[in-house]
Amino acid sequence: MTTQLLLVQALNGLQLGILLFLVAAGLTLVFGVMDFINLAHGVQYMLGAYLGASLAAATGSFWWGLVLALPAALLAGLLLEVLVFRHLYARDHLAQVLATFGVILFLNEGVKLVWGAAPLQVPIPALLQGGVEIMPGLQYPIYRIAVLVAGVATACGLWWLVERTRAGMLVRAGASNAPMVSALGVDIGRLFTLVFAFGAMLAGFAGVLAGPIFSVEPGMGDNVLILAFVVIVIGGIGSIRGAFIAALLVGLIDTLGKSLMPDLMRLFLDASAARQTGAALASMLVYIAMAAILAFRPAGLFPVRA
Amino acid sequence: MMRGVWLPLLALAALAIAPLAGFSASYEMTLMARAMILAMAAVSLSFLVGGAGLVSLGHAASVGVGAYAVAILDANGFTDAAQVLPVAIGAAAIFALLTGAIAIRTSGVHFIMITLAFGQMAFFTASSLSAYGGDDGYTLYSRTEVAGARLLENRLAFHYICLGLLAASWAVASMLLASRFGRVLRAARENAQRAEAVGFTPYPYRLVGYGIAGAMAGVAGVLLVNATEFVSPAMLSWQRSGELLFMVILGGVGRLWGAILGALVFVGLETWLAELTPHWKMIFGPLLVVSVIALRGGLAGLVAPRHG
Repeated sequence: MTTQLLLVQALNGLQLGILLFLVAAGLTLVFGVMDFINLAHGVQYMLGAYLGASLAAATGSFWWGLVLALPAALLAGLLLEVLVFRHLYARDHLAQVLATFGVILFLNEGVKLVWGAAPLQVPIPALLQGGVEIMPGLQYPIYRIAVLVAGVATACGLWWLVERTRAGMLVRAGASNAPMVSALGVDIGRLFTLVFAFGAMLAGFAGVLAGPIFSVEPGMGDNVLILAFVVIVIGGIGSIRGAFIAALLVGLIDTLGKSLMPDLMRLFLDASAARQTGAALASMLVYIAMAAILAFRPAGLFPVRA
Repeated sequence: MMRGVWLPLLALAALAIAPLAGFSASYEMTLMARAMILAMAAVSLSFLVGGAGLVSLGHAASVGVGAYAVAILDANGFTDAAQVLPVAIGAAAIFALLTGAIAIRTSGVHFIMITLAFGQMAFFTASSLSAYGGDDGYTLYSRTEVAGARLLENRLAFHYICLGLLAASWAVASMLLASRFGRVLRAARENAQRAEAVGFTPYPYRLVGYGIAGAMAGVAGVLLVNATEFVSPAMLSWQRSGELLFMVILGGVGRLWGAILGALVFVGLETWLAELTPHWKMIFGPLLVVSVIALRGGLAGLVAPRHG
């Protein structure tokens, strides 16, 4: 393991973390403000990726694809909220888990029906092709750096929105005590819808960004969803700051684990067994981290509710 | 508590008669076996969810641990039920007790998430077992033998063993919930603080309940791997856990026999829709959503609505 490889993997880990944050941000707000478990948040990420890919192909430009996919993802989120989720706010978590699980089944299959089961390839936009030398003799793709920058910029924008605007204040107040906000005369239903649609758009944005890096395929949202849940539980439900830190943590643990564990395992096992066992152990690392954190801090690192 | 109980009894009776009444084609027998085994797993989950109020999203892992115990013993030449069953049940119970010891410290959403996390860990552990097929899964050399006889390879015998164990797990779970132990579990579900105030600490009761449910799921796992003669990590995936939860909800939480109905309807619906269209999940998903939103008490609520 050279320093160069370690640096590249660390950058990849941060970039996965940033994508996870974009998905987790909406999830943690929906979860925190509305006490609503939305398993279907992952398919909104997938939908974003598909919309971005096909709109980019139709318009011939990644940028137009991005610009058009965002409002489309927003609309899809609104539609789901009105059709399904609205009827579940008053229900228990069990009902929410199941109904949104049904939405996953439907959309994963729907995507297969519309776009086929084969993965779509999204070309990297011409502007961001190629790599830059981040260390002597070490090239890193520009596109991945652009994803990092876009993610950090979005995180900053989100921070400003949540901490410095009136809407953000209501969201924060809603996360710590929704009935109280409602009693003070705020239309909590409209706030819910707004947060929801915005979260769906962020997840869609992450999906569009992820398109050229990962393959766009049915079910791609499921793994991201589970990781995003790990992120918000580690970070503390409803906390944007917690989600950001936990997302970077999870991204780094996952990526570094996947590149280091097989090598580590080779100390004890033969090559092929080490590869398989190492990869599996690496996949487990984030869950072990989550179980450990929950065992000692049941409300996560940055609990919102006292 | 007993209202509407004729319905699951009728279903079990129908399953008992079915092979004798002409439904004995291998396809039909496979389908019924699958339904009964999943019903068993669903009953054990219903015991947790409806009885103890512990909503686990990782129950498929316990089923998988039981199944993998059979596979691992099979690969090492142990196929007799006298060896396989205790090991599989023990492994599933120990897995449940170890993970439960941590998970039960949390509650609500965190409990759902931490059981999901443990389920994922079991899933990835199963994919790492390169000696037992890794991601591709493991095909059994032979089904589990009972006292040296290849009893489980006889379709009819296997059918009645599944049916008998399903009925037994329903009976055991019902008796447990009706016992003093079960009453403490239910009291803690309704209001943990009040249960503590009258002198019970919910934690050990919940942990034991979690272990028992895990052991029962392990038995279902033993049957499942014997039914298909194959096990793969997919059996432990969180989607399987979601499906088990759906069976419980569809049947109706709060009534153990609801889970039996839920599982039978689930398997029937899945098979029927899959015959209609390869994209059956596009119908199945919305059905799930509608049944959760509209069918509040589950199927059990239709035949025996609750009062008060």
